[in-house]
Amino acid sequence: MTDTAALAEPRPPRRRYRTYGVGRPAWSTLVVVVAVVVATPVLAVVVDGLGSLGSTTPPRDLIPMILTTLALMLGVGAGALVVGGGLAWLVTAYRFPLRDLLVWLLVLPLAVPAYVLGFVFLSVFDVAGPVQSLLRTVFGTDVWVPEVRSLPAAILVMTLSLYPYVYLMARSALIEQSSGTYDAARTLGSTRGQALRRVVLPLARPSLAAGLALVMMETLTDFATVQYFNVQTVSVGVYLVWKGTFDFHAATQLAVLVLLFAVAVLAAERALRGRARYHQQGGRRQGFSPERLRGAPAWAATAACVAALSAGFLIPVGQLLIWAFGQIAADAGFLADPRFVEYLANSLLVAMITAVACVAVSLGVGHAIRMGGGRVVSFAAQLTTFGYAVPGAVIGIGVLLSFATLDTALERAGVPGGTGLIVTGSVVGILYAYVIRFLAPAYQSVGASLEKITPAITSSALSLGAGPHRILRRVHLPLARPGVAVALMLVVIDAVKELPIVLLLRPFGFTTASVWVYELARENFWEKASLPALVIVAAAIIPVFVLVRQTRRREVHGTTSGKEGQ
Amino acid sequence: MTAQMQSAPPAGTGTAGAPPALTLEGVTRHYGSSRGVESLDLAIPTGELVTLIGPSGCGKSTTLRLVAGLERPDAGRITVAGEVVADRSRFVNPENRRVGLVFQDHALFPHLSVARNVAFGLDRLPRAERRKRVGDLLDLVRLAHLADRYPHELSGGEQQRVALARALAPRPAVVLLDEPFSSLDESLRAQVRRDTVATLRETGTTGVLVTHDQTEALSVGTRVVVMHNGVIEQADVPEKVFEQPATRFVASFMGDADFLPARVHRALLTCEIGIVSTVPGWADSDVAVDVVLRPHEVALRAEPNATAHVSGVEYHGAFVLHHVRLASGRTVRSWQPHDVRHPVGTAVTVTVAAGTAPTLLVGDRAVTTPPRNAPRPPVLP
Repeated sequence: MTDTAALAEPRPPRRRYRTYGVGRPAWSTLVVVVAVVVATPVLAVVVDGLGSLGSTTPPRDLIPMILTTLALMLGVGAGALVVGGGLAWLVTAYRFPLRDLLVWLLVLPLAVPAYVLGFVFLSVFDVAGPVQSLLRTVFGTDVWVPEVRSLPAAILVMTLSLYPYVYLMARSALIEQSSGTYDAARTLGSTRGQALRRVVLPLARPSLAAGLALVMMETLTDFATVQYFNVQTVSVGVYLVWKGTFDFHAATQLAVLVLLFAVAVLAAERALRGRARYHQQGGRRQGFSPERLRGAPAWAATAACVAALSAGFLIPVGQLLIWAFGQIAADAGFLADPRFVEYLANSLLVAMITAVACVAVSLGVGHAIRMGGGRVVSFAAQLTTFGYAVPGAVIGIGVLLSFATLDTALERAGVPGGTGLIVTGSVVGILYAYVIRFLAPAYQSVGASLEKITPAITSSALSLGAGPHRILRRVHLPLARPGVAVALMLVVIDAVKELPIVLLLRPFGFTTASVWVYELARENFWEKASLPALVIVAAAIIPVFVLVRQTRRREVHGTTSGKEGQ
Repeated sequence: MTAQMQSAPPAGTGTAGAPPALTLEGVTRHYGSSRGVESLDLAIPTGELVTLIGPSGCGKSTTLRLVAGLERPDAGRITVAGEVVADRSRFVNPENRRVGLVFQDHALFPHLSVARNVAFGLDRLPRAERRKRVGDLLDLVRLAHLADRYPHELSGGEQQRVALARALAPRPAVVLLDEPFSSLDESLRAQVRRDTVATLRETGTTGVLVTHDQTEALSVGTRVVVMHNGVIEQADVPEKVFEQPATRFVASFMGDADFLPARVHRALLTCEIGIVSTVPGWADSDVAVDVVLRPHEVALRAEPNATAHVSGVEYHGAFVLHHVRLASGRTVRSWQPHDVRHPVGTAVTVTVAAGTAPTLLVGDRAVTTPPRNAPRPPVLP
C-alpha cells in the first residue's frame, strides 16, 4: 500500500465537511492492520482457489451441487418472502383476534436455529416418527409417503426458521413509512388498496431486499442442517472435501464458488434496492390505519399467524421440553453429566473470548475514526466488517489456509514446526474465524453508541489537553458503554449458536454445545440432544427480545403520535 | 488581499513586548471541491475579544478548527502565544495547544459532574491545586452550588457557563467560542452573552467568538473580522466595519445597505437623487463609483412633483422602514420615526442626511482616495 503518507496527513473525505480531527498515525495504522488481518483468510481463499484452477479435478457432482444450492437458496428465499412478508402485511394492515400478541411472538422462530428445528422436524416426520407410524397403522406398511430427508423438506425447515428476518425488515419498513406519502396517495385519488400497492410496497422494497439477502446468506452459510436432509450444497461440499481429503486446492476452489454465491446475493440486493434511498423525512409515522377484519377472515388471519408460530417455535420447543423432562425423569443425574457441563463451558468460554475481542477491536476502530484519519481509515474500517457477509465455510477454510501458509513460511525461515498446532490443536483458529465473522454486529452496536457522542465532545476533550488514550478511557469508553454491553451480549449468543465454523475448525476432542446437539441429532439421539438444544434456544431468545424491544419502541412512538393526530 | 493585510494591526499592539495571543499568516485550507479558507492573515493581541462573522459556509468554523488543531492547514503558519503550532514542518496536536473551545451545544461530558467536567483539563495539576482551581472557576461563573450536578440537570444557560469554566480551567492562551449562544432561548441569550463577555474580560482572556448575528458581532467584539467565501473581507473595530465597510459584501452583510451608481466630479458626489456630499481630496478627479446608502442616512420628504415614490412600508415598532422606488427603477430604503408613515404611492424626494460621508465603491472595494488609474471615464447621469 502507498498509504503511509496518506495516513499521516489524510485527505478530507469527499463529501463530509465535518471531520473529527487530523488523524493519528498509530490509531490509523491499527485500523489498517485489523482490516488486513480480517481480510487475509478470505483473500487467501480467493488467491489459492483461483490460482489452483485446473490443477485438481472438480468433484464429480459439482453441477448438481450448484443446482441444489441455487434451488435451496431460491426456495428458502421465496418461502421467507411469502411467509415473512405476508405475515408482516397481515399484522400491519389488519386487526384481528390476538393480533397485538402475535405481532411480537412471530419473531420467536428466530431463536430456534435451523439445525435444532431440523432434527425436531425429522423426529416427527421421519420413518420412525409418529406421523409415519400413524400412517402405517392406518393404511398398512406399504403406504406411500414423500421422502422426508429431501430438498423440499430442507427448504420448509429453513424457511420456518429464517422467515423472521424478512418479517422484521418488512414490518419496520411498513411502520416507518411516513404518513405523508400514504396520505398524499390517498388525496391524489388512490383507494386504500391502490395506495398500498403503488406507494407502500415499492417503498418497502429496499427493506424486503435486505431481509431476503439476510435469509439467503444464512441459507448459504449453513452446512449442518442441510446434511440432516441429505442436501448437498456447495458449503457442504467444502466441508466434506476438506474433512475427506484435506486437500486445500479442492476445498478453496469450492469455497470460491460459495463466495461467488454470496457476492451474487449482495449484488442482487443492491439491484433490488435500486438507486432508491428511501430515507423518509418528516411525517409523524402514522402510516395507514389498519383495517379491522371480522368473522371468518379474521380467524383465518389468526390461524395463519398461529400456524407459522407453532411450526417455527411452539411445536419444536414443546417437543424439546417433553424430551428433556423425559430425560431428567429417567435419570436426574443427566444434568450433572460432566460432558454436558464441559461442552457448555467450552461454548461459553469461546463465545466470551470472541465477544471481548470483537468489542475491543470495534472500540479501537471506532475510536480511531473519531481521531480522524480520512479515506483510508474509513475504507479499512468498512473492510473489518465484511466477515458477516462471508459464509462460514469460506472463513473456516481461509483460516486454515492462512495458518498453513504461515507455517510453511516460518519453517522456511528456520522455525521448526512453524506455528505448531496452534490452529489444528487449539481453539485459536475458531477464535480467529469467530472474530472475523462477528466483528460486524459488534462494530455496529459499538459504532452506533460512539456516533451518538457529538464530535464537539471529542474536540472539547482534545482541546482540554487529553490525548487519544485518555479520551478513549475517560470519554469514549464510558459513553459507549450501552453499545459495548449490547455488543458483548449479541456476540456471545451468536457464537454459542454458531455451528459450521466450529465443525470445520475444532481441534480433536473439542466439542461445544452446538456441536454436541448436531452430533447427537445426526445419530438420531434426539432425546439426548434436547437439553443442550434448549439451552441454545433459551440463549437465542435474548437477542430476539432486544430486537423486538427496538422495533416496539419505534412503533409505540408511531402509534402514540398517531393517536394525537386523530 | 492587501487590504486585509492593512486592516490587521501590526503584531503585538496589545501588550507591549508580549507576542500576540494568536496569529495567522497566509493560512490556507482547501477541501476537495470548494469550501475552505484562503490565505488568512490575522493577529490578535492578548486580551482582545474578536468576533468572527460571515454567512454560513464562509469558512469561519474552518478557521476555528484550524486554530484548535482539528484541521491541518495546507499552507501558512499559525502561532499561539508566540509558539508556532502549525506550519509547513510543524503540527502541534490539539491536546498540546493552549487553545480552549466552547461549542454551540456546550459539549459537556454527560457522564461527569460539573466539577469533574471543569477538572477534566487539569489532570496534570496536583490534587489540591486542582480542587482549588475548580472552585475558583465555579465561583467565577457563579455555579459553585451546582458542582455535583450532572450536565442534564442544568439549564441551557448554566451548561454554557460550565462549558466556559471548563475551557478556561487550563488557562488557555486563546478561547474559541463557536456560536456559543445560538442554542439558547432568545430571552436568555442577552444575559448569558453579557456574563460571558464579562467573564472573559475579567480574566483577561483572549477570545475568538464565531457568530452569524451582526448585532452580536458589533456589540461584543473589540474587533470584528468579516469573512466571505473563505477570505477575510475586513478586520477592524466595530465602528469602522459598520461605517466604513471595506467591500461591497461587508457593506451589505453588516447592516442594511443600498447601492446607487454615482460620480465624483471635482470633489462633489452626485447620483440619481442629486448631490450627496462633498468628497475632500478628490478635487482633480472625475470617477464613476457606487455609493453606499444606509437606510438611517436616507431622508424623505413628500413632494407631489417628485419622480420617486414609496413602494412599500414596513412597520417595525419604534421605526418605520420605507422602500422608495427611484425614477431609474432602483430602490433605496429609509428609516423614519414611528409617527412618520408615507402611504405606498406617495411621491417623495430622497436626500441624504446632512453630515453623512457615505462609503464609495469602485468595483467591489471601498475607496477613500481617488483611484490612480481612473477606472472608467465618467458617464453623465
